[in-house]
Amino acid sequence: MSAAAPGTSKAAHSEVGPKKKKGPGALATAYLVIYNVVMTAGWLVIAVGLVRAYLARGSYHGLYYSIEKPLKFFQTGAILEILHCAVGIVPSSVVLTGFQVMSRVFLTWAVTHSVREVQSEDSVLLFVTAWTITEIIRYSFYTFSLLNHLPYLIKWARYTFFIVLYPMGVTGELLTIYAALPYVQKTGLYSVTLPNKYNFSFDYYTFLILVMISYIPLFPQLYFHMIRQRKKVLGHIEDYSKVE
Amino acid sequence: MKETWRTAKKAVVFFEVEILDAKTKDKLCFLDKVEPNATIGEIKSMFHKSHPQWYPARQSIRLDPKGKSLKDEDVLQHLPVGTTATFYFRDLGAQISWVTVFLTEYTGPLVIYLMFYFRVPFIYAPKYDFTTSKHWVVHLACMCHSFHYVKRLLETLFVHRFSHGTMPLRNIFKNCTYYWGFAAWMAYYINHPLYTPPSKYTCTYFCQIGNFSIHVALRNLRPPGSKTRKIPYPTKNPFTWIFLLVSCPNYTYELGSWLGFTLMTQCLPVAFFTLVGFIQMTVWAKGKHRSYLKEFRDYPPLRSPILPFIL
Repeated sequence: MSAAAPGTSKAAHSEVGPKKKKGPGALATAYLVIYNVVMTAGWLVIAVGLVRAYLARGSYHGLYYSIEKPLKFFQTGAILEILHCAVGIVPSSVVLTGFQVMSRVFLTWAVTHSVREVQSEDSVLLFVTAWTITEIIRYSFYTFSLLNHLPYLIKWARYTFFIVLYPMGVTGELLTIYAALPYVQKTGLYSVTLPNKYNFSFDYYTFLILVMISYIPLFPQLYFHMIRQRKKVLGHIEDYSKVE
Repeated sequence: MKETWRTAKKAVVFFEVEILDAKTKDKLCFLDKVEPNATIGEIKSMFHKSHPQWYPARQSIRLDPKGKSLKDEDVLQHLPVGTTATFYFRDLGAQISWVTVFLTEYTGPLVIYLMFYFRVPFIYAPKYDFTTSKHWVVHLACMCHSFHYVKRLLETLFVHRFSHGTMPLRNIFKNCTYYWGFAAWMAYYINHPLYTPPSKYTCTYFCQIGNFSIHVALRNLRPPGSKTRKIPYPTKNPFTWIFLLVSCPNYTYELGSWLGFTLMTQCLPVAFFTLVGFIQMTVWAKGKHRSYLKEFRDYPPLRSPILPFIL
């Protein structure tokens, strides 16, 4: 899914009021600041790469190739966030974060990278753009939060941009998977058939269809969760001058 | 008349009980003239009268809004409360009995596997409808799988003694999805017309009988109707000798059964099912082992939770 993980922001917690119960230690905070700064920079590189490639070519077509490597690198790097939750330096659910990160990694590697024919589709640009803007805002949000100097603008952006970016990203993702289907069926990519000595079979084509169907229950839940978080976090307009 | 005799002998102090909602602290119920030797179970029944939608099984009564639930057997006058006792109530949600859940989740795999074994229409290609496999190991697998679940059903009805009567209703959906889903997945491949049999099979029987003996041994520890807990020890039955090394040998034998079944069928989905089951049983065994250690000072130190010396 293209949304920023709703549970990973400290401000997204349900309790209102001071919540510095047992945050990460000084070393962990320093590490996390560096991590989030590097990720912000990485996604900025991707953003700049997209803009430059567009200006150079004069069209939206095939921009994926200009940012393929940094996209793979920084999106895959997000797997570290699962580790952060597991170790406890980030107060989020390992399962939720794991799910979010792995779905992004799945789209990057198991769909876009694996099925060459979809790489020139415009739907790829759609989700890459959504991811890029979302991640730049999300990682800078974390950076500032960790440094205890969160500008209201960033907080507002993090809880507002998703309204457009999330559906945009989901649309791009679904269209890309859909575009990959005929090639997967034709080549039998990642599929195993009977008979074989493990008595096991796997049809990647059917699997991709099931993945697309899973968006139907999952997307609204995550979307409305973010909307509820938005009300909670931004609802206190009178506190806007108070820094997180 | 009995009452006056009692008051003549000893002044009986009745308790007053107020029950507040644990979250909102609203006063939900006030009971006066409660016997000092009333149990929490009896108080739950009284509470149920004033709030019929909360039957006793779904009530969690505690001394502290965030504390642990009190047991049904706890006696009012032995609790750290004054003569006006304040309890906090949390709704545990709709409940369903353990027996119902177990019967449902075990009947599914039994029936589902047989449907695949007999190759009921719409599963495999129509030319295979109602045919049977030519491999003897497929017949043996069906017998083992069916025996396993028949055994579990019989144990649920006649052997197991549960310390809690109910569990949350949503568990039945979760549990049935797990058991029924895996049963269908395994049965599909084992009974498939293109199934590739292994070249030899193993001791799945040995472990199934062991598993059953353990369940009987554990049953005999608990007198009928009570909820007491005792340390299990080996008996004359050789299958219980594993109690010397392991706290939860029923799980050890269960793992053995499914490992045997995996080796016998050489089917990857069966291996997955065995692995997932092993992970879950290890979690349970470790929890049980920990509570044994907490509850019994003299717990045998040589024992491991599920795998001798290892885990």
